[in-house]
Amino acid sequence: MSHALEIKSLEKTYKGGFQALKGIDLTVEKGDFFALLGPNGAGKSTTIGVITSLVNKSQGQVKVFGYDIDTDLEKAKSFIGLVPQEFNFNQFEPLMNILVNQAGYYGVERTVAIERAEKYLKKLELWDKRDNAARMLSGGMKRRLMIARALMHEPQMLILDEPTAGVDIEVRRSMWDFLRELNSQGITIILTTHYLEEAEMLCRNIAIIDGGEIVENTSMKALLAQLDVETFVLDLSPHDKKITLSDTEYRELNDHTLEVDLIKSHTLNPVFAQLTEQNINVLSMRNKSNRLEALFVNLISKKKPNKKSINASAKTANKKVN
Amino acid sequence: MNNAIALKSILTKETQRFLRIWVQTLVPPAITISLYFVIFGSLIGSRIGEMGGFDYMSFIVPGLIMMTVITNSYSNVASSFFSAKWQRNIEEMLVAPVPNWVIVAGYVGGGMARGILVGLIVTLVSLLFVDIKIHNIWVIIATVSLTSATFSLGGLINAIFANSFDDISIIPTFVLTPLTYLGGVFYSISLLPEFWQGVSQINPIVYMVNAFRYGFLGISDVNIVTAFLVIGFFIVTLFTIAMVLISKGIGLRS
Repeated sequence: MSHALEIKSLEKTYKGGFQALKGIDLTVEKGDFFALLGPNGAGKSTTIGVITSLVNKSQGQVKVFGYDIDTDLEKAKSFIGLVPQEFNFNQFEPLMNILVNQAGYYGVERTVAIERAEKYLKKLELWDKRDNAARMLSGGMKRRLMIARALMHEPQMLILDEPTAGVDIEVRRSMWDFLRELNSQGITIILTTHYLEEAEMLCRNIAIIDGGEIVENTSMKALLAQLDVETFVLDLSPHDKKITLSDTEYRELNDHTLEVDLIKSHTLNPVFAQLTEQNINVLSMRNKSNRLEALFVNLISKKKPNKKSINASAKTANKKVN
Repeated sequence: MNNAIALKSILTKETQRFLRIWVQTLVPPAITISLYFVIFGSLIGSRIGEMGGFDYMSFIVPGLIMMTVITNSYSNVASSFFSAKWQRNIEEMLVAPVPNWVIVAGYVGGGMARGILVGLIVTLVSLLFVDIKIHNIWVIIATVSLTSATFSLGGLINAIFANSFDDISIIPTFVLTPLTYLGGVFYSISLLPEFWQGVSQINPIVYMVNAFRYGFLGISDVNIVTAFLVIGFFIVTLFTIAMVLISKGIGLRS
């Protein structure tokens, strides 16, 4: 059975000698919701560019639903819908024209394309703007327009490169719901994002790319299981005592905020008990940072000269968030 | 079937583009050509007398129409394709299963649509100044279509190599305009000294203008069959170059 995406030993060296991809291997199963994460310049967009034929590869093999892009490029392309990172539509063209023409490039009849355009414009709350030039849209609307455009030929695999960048939280959440709905219909989704919370909430499998190499490729669950330490922020009732906690690392940020590092196998109960003994009440509590962020920083830092433990990097991530 | 729909989509998009900005694309040629007729036709032309057995105004009409077709075909594809590169909406086609020949044919078709439409407008305007005779309608149709295709291909190749908007104005300014003005639009090349007549033979626009003039007036400085062979040679050559460039992704893929 063929995979949705199969990449073997993919290399890309740009003119000038910069090697963006150093032989990556990657497999995405049909129906998966897959995250491709990495710092800026890691090779995410180059990988997507090769898959979608916007970037010529130097070496390696890419298959989309079993079709090799070297021998069956047009067939492979027909499976993919791309939502790129940058706005890449004609800013002067009305939304309806952009969508209907895009469907036409995939051989979709004009009457069918008009029906689909209406469906997706309504679904993504752009129907009222259908006759407006694309430049008149807000940033969030432009992102949604690109999603609608990518769906016009009803692809089996949707690749989204930073789809929620610069989008407010309300729109972002409605886009998440929409992407979940598409995935539940069987569409394979590959997502790159800088919002690690987004990847953690949406994706079942993940690959982390850094310096043109895949440094981790596993399920989200397995990846999060690697996390040894989580940091919690406790909001305390006002007090003037010096807090003392045993068997845990902690930091008092001010007279009413306490950070506690909790080892995975431990519970918070002893912390609460010790605070109660000192007549300090816990008013509220939250995770200091996204869990995936800690792992991400750790995996990326492994490539750096000074390797750090997950515990240490979790703290690093926490500090970075501050 | 899919390729036909894709081609139709590109043609529709290209036609919608120049019609949407008709004040920039369709009106200026009509005004420019009217000025040519007033200045060269009425004011100066009446003092020149006959050329090639026809009054000067009648003589320059085919050349002026052809000049408009050439510049509009070229600039339409050059600016549209470069804008698509610049705004990156060319990627809409590159990620889709559109064969390269469909992309070339679509843009060239768009350039021809504008070139021929503007040619038609200019022809209608010229009727206000002169009675137009038609010697051979098929020669007129064939010449205008093939010439428009040739310069649309030229505009496409220019846009593929262009890195800035300046780059798509250099060729029209420094190559196309001199070749057009020296291409027998305003004079018969038989008036030139023998040496310059020989030099004119390597200017492809001489063949296009003369074949077109033959269609209207039945006179030409060059052999009509040779003219069509020259135009055919340029179409095949430029189409091949455009296909190779797009296949290799020059200026389009990193």
